[in-house]
Amino acid sequence: MCALCGVLLTSHWAERDSGRRERVFRVRLLNRVLVHFGLELGDWGGRVYLLRDRKGKTAVVEDLGGLWAAAERLAGRPLDPLDPTLVEALRRG
Amino acid sequence: MAERLPVALVTGFLGSGKTTLLSRLLGRPELGETAVIVNELGEVAIDHHLLRRVDERTILLANGCLCCTLRGDLADELRDLLSRRTRGEIPAFRRVLVETTGLADPAPILNTLLAEPVVRHHFEPGAVLATVDAVNGLGQLERGAETVKQVVVADRLVVTKTDVADRAEVVRLEERLRALNPAAELLEVSFGEAEPAVLLAPGDGDPRDVRISEGPAHGGDLHPFVLFLERAVDWTAFGIWLTMLLQARGNDVLRVKGLLDVGGRGPVVLNGVQHVVSPPEHLEAWPDEDRRSRIVFIARGIEKREVEESLAAFDAASLAR
Repeated sequence: MCALCGVLLTSHWAERDSGRRERVFRVRLLNRVLVHFGLELGDWGGRVYLLRDRKGKTAVVEDLGGLWAAAERLAGRPLDPLDPTLVEALRRG
Repeated sequence: MAERLPVALVTGFLGSGKTTLLSRLLGRPELGETAVIVNELGEVAIDHHLLRRVDERTILLANGCLCCTLRGDLADELRDLLSRRTRGEIPAFRRVLVETTGLADPAPILNTLLAEPVVRHHFEPGAVLATVDAVNGLGQLERGAETVKQVVVADRLVVTKTDVADRAEVVRLEERLRALNPAAELLEVSFGEAEPAVLLAPGDGDPRDVRISEGPAHGGDLHPFVLFLERAVDWTAFGIWLTMLLQARGNDVLRVKGLLDVGGRGPVVLNGVQHVVSPPEHLEAWPDEDRRSRIVFIARGIEKREVEESLAAFDAASLAR
């Protein structure tokens, strides 16, 4: 499965075999990361995700494969998990 | 769903002994039901096998990411093999061996096996072998980015022509290979004589035998390191972290391989090549007493400390579950 080409796939490796509760938790955790980049994620019927920025621009994404590329486009910059300010923000909780 | 057929890759620089190895392997009775896909016909002496030729045609996808290209030639050939087998036009086969050219990048082949809609339902990646010539290997590694990539992606490194190489040269080459890909198994083979069961066993992802120096890397600009994690990580947090890392830094994370403790009875096997990640497999049990997660990263311009701290922060964020 390809992080960039996730749209080709029916089930992303990181989301396979996960139920509704896991999906809710995933969205909550993703939002703790995405808020750092001015983005917010919502779940749409348990099938797709809705990503939006503070100006109201939105993107529909199917899974984690498509999410990061869409987030990069909306944020206008790469979303690097090694970014020390993100790491510090997550650590502070 | 029917069992997926493994597709093993034999990569390696031109003249490094790929064809000799393949010919010897295919002479073994236990590899009788094997379909073979090669670039050059006439070199592999195997009349009785299913032998096909491809042209290494790649389809560059819109995002322009090289590791995520699809090898259209390979997909066509695998689909054709399947349909002809179903129609009874060719004998049944239980595995496929693909011999690539010396310049081929293995990542698009793995991506094709995992992403092409028809192919991924019937086939799965098997072992990735890279042959390295003991006489010329060091020089080829210095000059050829393709050779380095093949070594980094391999599950098994097959050092060939050790019978004609100076022993000190062989030792230096093997040190360099271990520095480049500490997660790979290293085998010495002369005249292509090797045990198919050993060579073609699926890579189990377990880097427990990793011999890795924490000092300066000897792999040029590549920096392999291994993370050992003392406690279980949250799988959801890990999935978020790794997909984000591969999106942002996939071109520099050439390889991720290891066993991950996610709190279950056995570990999860991780195996990724740049942006291409095999579906993680949950094992029933750990292979030994050591229950720590161990993940080998082969990366460029990325330090172990930053990866460690970032993963720990993502995992800590999951504690509020």
